[in-house]
Amino acid sequence: MAGITTIAKSETGVTSPPAIIEMREVASGSMRDLNTVGVEGVNWTVAAHDYWVIGGLQGSGKSDFLAMTGGLMPPLRGEYRLFGEKMPIFDEARLPTRLRMGLVFETGQLFNHLTIRENVGLPFRYHKNLSKAAVFDRVSTFLEALELGPFADSTPGALALNWQKRAALARALILEPDLLLLDSPVFGLDLRQLNWWLGFMDELWRGHKLLARPVTLVVTTADLRPWRGRAHQFAILRERKLSVLGTWQQVEAASSELVSELLTIEQKR
Amino acid sequence: MAKASVTSFDSPPVRFVLRMPIPRSVVHYLGRKLFRFLLTVQGLGAFALITLGVIFRKFRTARQVVWPLVFHETARAGLRLLPLFLFMSASLGLVVIGQTVSWLTKVGAINYLGTIMVVVVVRELGPLLTALLVLARIGAANVIELGTARALGEVEALEALGIDPVHYLVVPRVIGMAAGAFSLMVYLILGALISGYLWAFLQDVPLRPGEYFRQLAEALSGLDFAMLAIKTLVFGFMIAVITCYHGLAQPLRLEEVSYATVRAVAQSVIACVLLDALFIIIYLAK
Repeated sequence: MAGITTIAKSETGVTSPPAIIEMREVASGSMRDLNTVGVEGVNWTVAAHDYWVIGGLQGSGKSDFLAMTGGLMPPLRGEYRLFGEKMPIFDEARLPTRLRMGLVFETGQLFNHLTIRENVGLPFRYHKNLSKAAVFDRVSTFLEALELGPFADSTPGALALNWQKRAALARALILEPDLLLLDSPVFGLDLRQLNWWLGFMDELWRGHKLLARPVTLVVTTADLRPWRGRAHQFAILRERKLSVLGTWQQVEAASSELVSELLTIEQKR
Repeated sequence: MAKASVTSFDSPPVRFVLRMPIPRSVVHYLGRKLFRFLLTVQGLGAFALITLGVIFRKFRTARQVVWPLVFHETARAGLRLLPLFLFMSASLGLVVIGQTVSWLTKVGAINYLGTIMVVVVVRELGPLLTALLVLARIGAANVIELGTARALGEVEALEALGIDPVHYLVVPRVIGMAAGAFSLMVYLILGALISGYLWAFLQDVPLRPGEYFRQLAEALSGLDFAMLAIKTLVFGFMIAVITCYHGLAQPLRLEEVSYATVRAVAQSVIACVLLDALFIIIYLAK
């Protein structure tokens, strides 16, 4: 827990934000087969108030890597610490630490038998042991903030994917996480939705009034372009490795063919 | 004739076939089946123990979320099946009485009508039929619901939110199905006993209601009530565990849900019949 309660001081005396995610030589499996190595040799640190974008082609293992980071499966090898606690966290005693991290799936993965209001309220009700009536106002606040009010009583099957994704975001935010992992949040969105998502994530990173504090963001994507001027740190997944690129300027300067593909620059033939 | 048949079984071709080694493919097939059966038993046993552990350990956790689900599942596996069970109880009374009355009258054993109803309906058909109907109406739906939820990633979503899928999805179904099966068994047996007398009355059997119920009371013992309660609760628990196990406990793709449903229904039927056989042994041993 020391990592989250103290501000680390480097040798030069400059204070650096505490590490939220620390991975050392981590290998992650696949959700379909836990023993199949998807990504390996990951050395990665996410500090508080970071805004990371991880690029990678489809099938490169982004979702599985994020699922492992989100604690859905243990790392195959190496050491992974979240807020200073060793992952994975499956025991009840350390659950509050894990709940400081939210995970939004690519397709939302809402509970189809519940309405949008029930979906959003469920985690808060479960962890606080509250009735539906007791969380009504709180859920309404989140629904309104994400423009989901008109769909509150609809089931997910009646909604387009973009609204399902927003509902999934609301469901993750209702527990007020310090760290939010988003799996391809802007994949398949039209321009209006894309702008809304990018703007909302900016607000979350700066400190949205819903949460009243900044949220650390880690986002995966198959297209780096929308994140220009928004995210602060970039990395790519290629050949089962996580390569940290750095800032947007370093991304543009990178000579990698994959980076060019993720920037959708036409390749010279 | 007997000598001829012995001779034909003792013929050289038959002896040749009997002395042949069992083909390796058959041994492999049986071995695979046995291995898979043992793995399934192990998986089901582990899942049942985990479920029991969660029921007791998280009895007070998230009551405002889980207990409404328990009541919902109890209503689904119990109350909503009541019309079907009333129809089945009337039919069961007709089937048993219709078949037995004429034979009992012929042999002058009409005084055993109540005893036969207890042996056939109360001890055997009532609980088993209840289990099979609950399995058909709710158990199969369980596998489909949970299997689809699993295939669509809802279980991972629960885990990501720190919600125990066994606590949220399995516990309400297990408690609801056990309670529902128990209640329905009571209604089915009562309905069958009453309708049995009505059918007998319509067949002009000279048996007064008081005499019929006296026969029933004499044939019943305290052990019957205890066994009935245990039997149906265990039937409900087992069906819920098997159907939830096949829907939830392993990664599924959407196209695998139908196969999982068939497997779960078949295994539930086998488990109920085996358990019923175990209870018969207990009855015979008392």
